[in-house]
Amino acid sequence: MANSYSKSESKKLATWYFTVAAILFGAQLLFGLIAATQYVMPGFLFEILDFSVARMVHINALVVWMVFAMFGSVYWLLPDETGIETVGIGLGKLLFWVFTAAVTVVVLVYLFVQVGPADETSLWFIHEGREYIEAPRWADIGITIVALGFVANLYMTGIKGNRSGIVTVLMADMIAFAGLYLTGMFYTDNISVDQYWWWWVIHLWVEATWEVFVGALAAYGLITMIGAHRKVVEMWLWIEVSMLFGSGILGMGHHYFWIGTPEYWWEIGALFSALEPLPLVAMFIHVLYDWGKMQGEEDAKGLPHTVVNNKPAFTWFIMNALGNFLGAGVWGFFHTMPQVNLYTHGTQFTSAHGHLAFFGAYATILIGMMYLAVQGKNNIKILNHTKSSIWAVSMVVGGVVGMTVALTLAGYSDVIISRAQMGATWAGYFDAQSTTWLVQGLVWRLIMGVITFVGFIFLIKDLLSIGKATHHVR
Amino acid sequence: MAKKSVWSDNRFWQRTAGWVTGFASVLLIWLTFDTSAQISMGTDTDLQNGVTKRVPGPTVINYKIAYEFNKKRQHEIPVIGGMNSEGTSAFQEKEKFFGRDDWSEEEAESLLHLGKLASQTKNCMNCHTLLGNGGYYAPDLTKAWLDPAWGPEGSMQAMTSKETKEEAMAEFLQNPSQYPTHARMMPNLGITAEEAKGLVAFLKHLSSIDTNGFPRNFGKIQGAVNGK
Repeated sequence: MANSYSKSESKKLATWYFTVAAILFGAQLLFGLIAATQYVMPGFLFEILDFSVARMVHINALVVWMVFAMFGSVYWLLPDETGIETVGIGLGKLLFWVFTAAVTVVVLVYLFVQVGPADETSLWFIHEGREYIEAPRWADIGITIVALGFVANLYMTGIKGNRSGIVTVLMADMIAFAGLYLTGMFYTDNISVDQYWWWWVIHLWVEATWEVFVGALAAYGLITMIGAHRKVVEMWLWIEVSMLFGSGILGMGHHYFWIGTPEYWWEIGALFSALEPLPLVAMFIHVLYDWGKMQGEEDAKGLPHTVVNNKPAFTWFIMNALGNFLGAGVWGFFHTMPQVNLYTHGTQFTSAHGHLAFFGAYATILIGMMYLAVQGKNNIKILNHTKSSIWAVSMVVGGVVGMTVALTLAGYSDVIISRAQMGATWAGYFDAQSTTWLVQGLVWRLIMGVITFVGFIFLIKDLLSIGKATHHVR
Repeated sequence: MAKKSVWSDNRFWQRTAGWVTGFASVLLIWLTFDTSAQISMGTDTDLQNGVTKRVPGPTVINYKIAYEFNKKRQHEIPVIGGMNSEGTSAFQEKEKFFGRDDWSEEEAESLLHLGKLASQTKNCMNCHTLLGNGGYYAPDLTKAWLDPAWGPEGSMQAMTSKETKEEAMAEFLQNPSQYPTHARMMPNLGITAEEAKGLVAFLKHLSSIDTNGFPRNFGKIQGAVNGK
């Protein structure tokens, strides 16, 4: 079996990627807690580790852990899909160490240098000060090399082995993913041009290529975990690709309402981003439908077992279907119309959407992939829940949903008082910040953040120990 | 056997995905050419000839900038150098910036360059929003230059003991934690006098960008809050 863990170097490399991803996920949560505490106690670490630094690490660790887990997921599924060992695995391992070392250096510089003088050297070696893609220029080049090496391995393996529909989608998607990063690597004095291209990375990653990636992972998960029929799943996948790219690429218009770009983006952005939730509804229905269908076939045979062979992973995949639809779809749709976005743009409302969307659409399914890796590594036929796995999913999901609700309520205050009543001035901003809704909302966000973090500890404990539990079917 | 339906054919959906993606991408690239031309930065000659650009040239810092409701467009637009009879920029009325209203194109460019670099290297965007994008821990800076807090009626000039808006802003940026307005303060980021000047030029230029009416009613309403 080319695809068993003990024989596959690709799967071993995948577990390395998942390990670093989990560590960075922890860092993301920890620095999120620091930033959330600063909202409640503004003096906390003031002029030692300011909000700007804490938030930069929070959102960068988020992006990077997801990229690590995405690379890990591909290295995990490639041998299963192609039927051969991944080509260029030595290069893959080398790039893993390069990537990990680069990320470590970048984070240490963020934490201990923080800011530099206003010159190009700071952009090259400290950070670029552009939200989400702050990584300094040297690291940009490194990330591009690592991404291209990864794409090369994917292509070589896909061409040599059996190229399934899932692998074909991943090949097309990952080349776009790597290529788009290049559009965010230049400097300009013109902030409108700057933000125009900045969105090519941020939006076309998270609302297009990453979503298609999730579609491919969900397809793989359904085949692996409940034995869904490949032909049906892959047909769904192609439909989802059409819908995701069809709405997501021009849905980028919703970022071009107010940055200096022409008015026609109002109509384009409104129309296409209003369509963006549709594929997410489709994915949600697809996952539940296939589950019911496969379970029904099993029941009809009179077999008492559940059709799911990895319960924790499948739970996270279901959370993904639901979270993607709610966080990206519903919370995104709330404020995507220009008439609404004029007031909600850049408020706690955006923050509420950001938290549930990133978590629901990406964190969930990538955690699910980690559980698939645990199952494969320990050679388990049916992986059952443990107390920890249930606590982890309940507390992490409950915590993030709680944060989202708290931020949404805070957002109403922000939108109505700072924007609608006071017109976004300095005074208007602080008037909104001092309202009871916003103050209490941010306290609840912190409490829910702590719950999320405790859930994360259960998750790590479970990922490390669930393989040794004795109640699985081996 | 009945003929197989195209709707359940994977090849059909694969091709559909290819065509839809290709079409959307081509449309985006085409729009990018149009938008890029519209948001390219203007020049000093444009300002002197009364040519309205969505992103004016750096010498816009020599002019008075306002943000007024435009009847035709039904939202506020930047009005540079006073208003003409159509309610748009007249490019006539100048305004001294650090004591001068004759900044040359080269001088203004290098000031804006320094300011934009500072806005990135000091990581403004992880607390503030610029054009509405960034962090929500501090006020939006899109029209900060026009904020009443920094004007003659506002408190910041008196607080920093400065006579003009630009000097008050520059002083604040260099020593923000000396002038706390709320429990939540801006930290000292080691901004030099020259960098502060560049940042203020960057903010003044930022306020002159045509943002399709974002933010709405900026600075028009005061004291209307009753939400506590």
